[in-house]
Amino acid sequence: MQFHYTESVDIRDIPCQPMEHIGAEVAAAARDGWRMIQFCGLQDHDDIHHDLSLLCLMSHDGLGDIRAWRSTMLAPDASYPSLTPATPQAHWFEREIFEQWHITPVGHPWLKPVRFCPPMYDIHGVRPLPGDTHYFTVKGSQTHEVAVGPVHAGVIEPGHFRFQCHGEQVIHLEISLGFQHRGVERALLHGPDARTPHLMECLAGDTSIGHGTAAAALMECLAGRPATERAQSLRRVMLELERLACHTGDLGAIAGDTGFLPTSAWCGRIRGDWLNTTALICGNRFGRGMVRPGGVLHDVDAALLDVLAQRLDTIHRDTRGAVDAMFASDSVLDRMHNTGIVSRGTAQDLGLVGMAARASGVPMDARFNYPLAGFAETQARLRTQRTGDVFCRARQRDQELDDAVAIIRRELGLLAALEEPCMLPGVSQALPPHRLAVSFCEGWRGTICHAAVTDARGRFALYKPVDPSFHNWIGLAMALRGEQISDFPLCNKSFNLSYCGHDL
Amino acid sequence: MSAFATYCCSLIAALVLAPLLPGIINRVKAKYAGRQGKPVLQLYYDLAKLLRKGAVISETTTWVFAAGPTLSLATTAVALLLLPLGGAASPLAFQGDFLLAAYILGLGRFFLILAALDTGSAFEGMGASREAAYSALAEPVIFLCFLCLAGLGSAEQMPMSLSLSSMFAGAPALAWTGSRPEVFLLPLVIFLLLLVENCRIPIDDPNTHLELTMIHEVMILDHSGPDLAFIHYAAALKLWFFSALLAGILVPSVCADPLAQAGLNILAILAVAVAVGVTESVMARVRLFRISHLLGGAGMLAALSLILTLMR
Repeated sequence: MQFHYTESVDIRDIPCQPMEHIGAEVAAAARDGWRMIQFCGLQDHDDIHHDLSLLCLMSHDGLGDIRAWRSTMLAPDASYPSLTPATPQAHWFEREIFEQWHITPVGHPWLKPVRFCPPMYDIHGVRPLPGDTHYFTVKGSQTHEVAVGPVHAGVIEPGHFRFQCHGEQVIHLEISLGFQHRGVERALLHGPDARTPHLMECLAGDTSIGHGTAAAALMECLAGRPATERAQSLRRVMLELERLACHTGDLGAIAGDTGFLPTSAWCGRIRGDWLNTTALICGNRFGRGMVRPGGVLHDVDAALLDVLAQRLDTIHRDTRGAVDAMFASDSVLDRMHNTGIVSRGTAQDLGLVGMAARASGVPMDARFNYPLAGFAETQARLRTQRTGDVFCRARQRDQELDDAVAIIRRELGLLAALEEPCMLPGVSQALPPHRLAVSFCEGWRGTICHAAVTDARGRFALYKPVDPSFHNWIGLAMALRGEQISDFPLCNKSFNLSYCGHDL
Repeated sequence: MSAFATYCCSLIAALVLAPLLPGIINRVKAKYAGRQGKPVLQLYYDLAKLLRKGAVISETTTWVFAAGPTLSLATTAVALLLLPLGGAASPLAFQGDFLLAAYILGLGRFFLILAALDTGSAFEGMGASREAAYSALAEPVIFLCFLCLAGLGSAEQMPMSLSLSSMFAGAPALAWTGSRPEVFLLPLVIFLLLLVENCRIPIDDPNTHLELTMIHEVMILDHSGPDLAFIHYAAALKLWFFSALLAGILVPSVCADPLAQAGLNILAILAVAVAVGVTESVMARVRLFRISHLLGGAGMLAALSLILTLMR
């Protein structure tokens, strides 16, 4: 079944097919440029058998279309032929299904838990110990293993990294996450309720606006009540402010990891300036409490628009100065070039998204492929890099900074001329039953994709938020292959993935 | 004032002022980055704090681990005693003492590496392996520098030309800035050696918290309390040692008053710290496997100087 990303469909209209059949169609679609955005178990609570089916969603960046497949009902502890051998981008989703529903994809090359959570059907299930699994090991008298985390030296989130090394060279890196698992997906079921928007903003703390916007867009799509142009414009301003703050901070962190002090020190301060600008609009530096289904909670008046325009110029100038110093330093460039390469082929096969994918030359950006209503494509262009090394990921951020400023400038002009309310209340109370919808939003890290199915009462029977980190952690592992272990922190910073956005 | 008394003054100044050098470097870096920076005397406070603390020693370690910091401090101090300070020759000077100084520093490092290996940690093992590799590469370079200065000394008919006290007591500075410019590359090479031996950017990043990239810092992760104080103080002394090498060939003995000459040398040493701070501020670390290229290049320059010296 195929539909446009701005539409919702009746979940009962999707024919139930055997998994063998779906596997072949998915593999063919992947060859045609379709990308897997969701593959999960769907437990239909209205069904008297409480049986489980698998729901697979793929999207096409060029068409803006979504294809949906639904499997026939599966018994508990069932198995099916794994999609991963033919469609590698399914690998993480299949591990998730295996963990959440104990459905075994037969032939999966790497079947381990992704988050160490109890099965979805067992509310009181015992949680396995995070990180307690079998790791790949390399044997030989000259190889050694380095285990890092979950407690790290810096103030960062917990995650466990296993390096198999030959001297300084990394043969394989395995990343084990799940330490931040807090049961968000389960908490979202049977929503939306008063907690839902807050949970959405906390899916990944540094992407509050991104996830908030994706969730709001999803509910508006389900309800068939799009937000006003003014609300969409304000959302775009907030999204770009978030991007500016995070990209500035990341570039400073990359400079810091190469040991280049000036940019590292300046960007830390300038990131604060961007965050404070966000706070000017909504009172929160990370944009909490701004985006809600139906629109945005804080409007801007003419005086604030002037202040914003003025701040934008000043902070942009500061940012350029700090970032240009880094790209003008040969010693920094030498560290970044040819470090941590992810080839375009690898990025596409594994389904990497967002800035990391663009750095590898994959032209994908939800701002252009699945724009929020009213986005003018002429105000910026989709940028990509070539080699997919640390330099490209830094350069991609560098270029997106200027684009973000240009987009905000245009939106501020638009907002000055637009007279309409920015909030249409009641959206989340008006969700129709048995609908499936998908929303996209280009957060600063990459494409955020939320998918939801409502039950007979118009409540969430399924809510699956996917942070770009879900797709991209494997990219970091690939980037490290054959690299020096001492370059791991630099590669890690160049991706800067979210632990809690993955662990949910 | 006798030469011995001057030497003693300089030695006391070295022992007291050495922890100032990291403070100066940090202050220069902070100014470059537009920050206030921590106090210049921070290392003194840290040492005082650490000396009052107890030490935690892992049960899986042996006496080697506990002995590492003490031996490191003792060997660095002995190496410093062999060096001419403030333009005055060391009372312990003898022909060939440069060999003893170099290898006694090596002995301290050897024990620090053993102490790191003794913990059995993967991080410290990596750090130990890196430290061993890069110090092995630095060793021939420093000997080329010594030989070059010894060649210069013998050509200039200096007494005890195979002693550090002849090579670095200010007399060669007059020679190379005057009639024998062929050793003009040596200060560059010794500055690079200073950065390598003291784990400064672009070789190592003393400020990083990332264990996987560290060289020196990761080896001392398990030391605490007075042991850590010894290591920090030994590191400061070593920085003073290499800065004094640089001052010894850059500052000519021009002052009639030996105390003024000693003061001039101390100023030069502090200036070296400023130079280190500036270097760290304007460039990034090189990739780990490029350090050998850097040392190889320094070795080439030192060899070129040696050949030019011998050809005259």
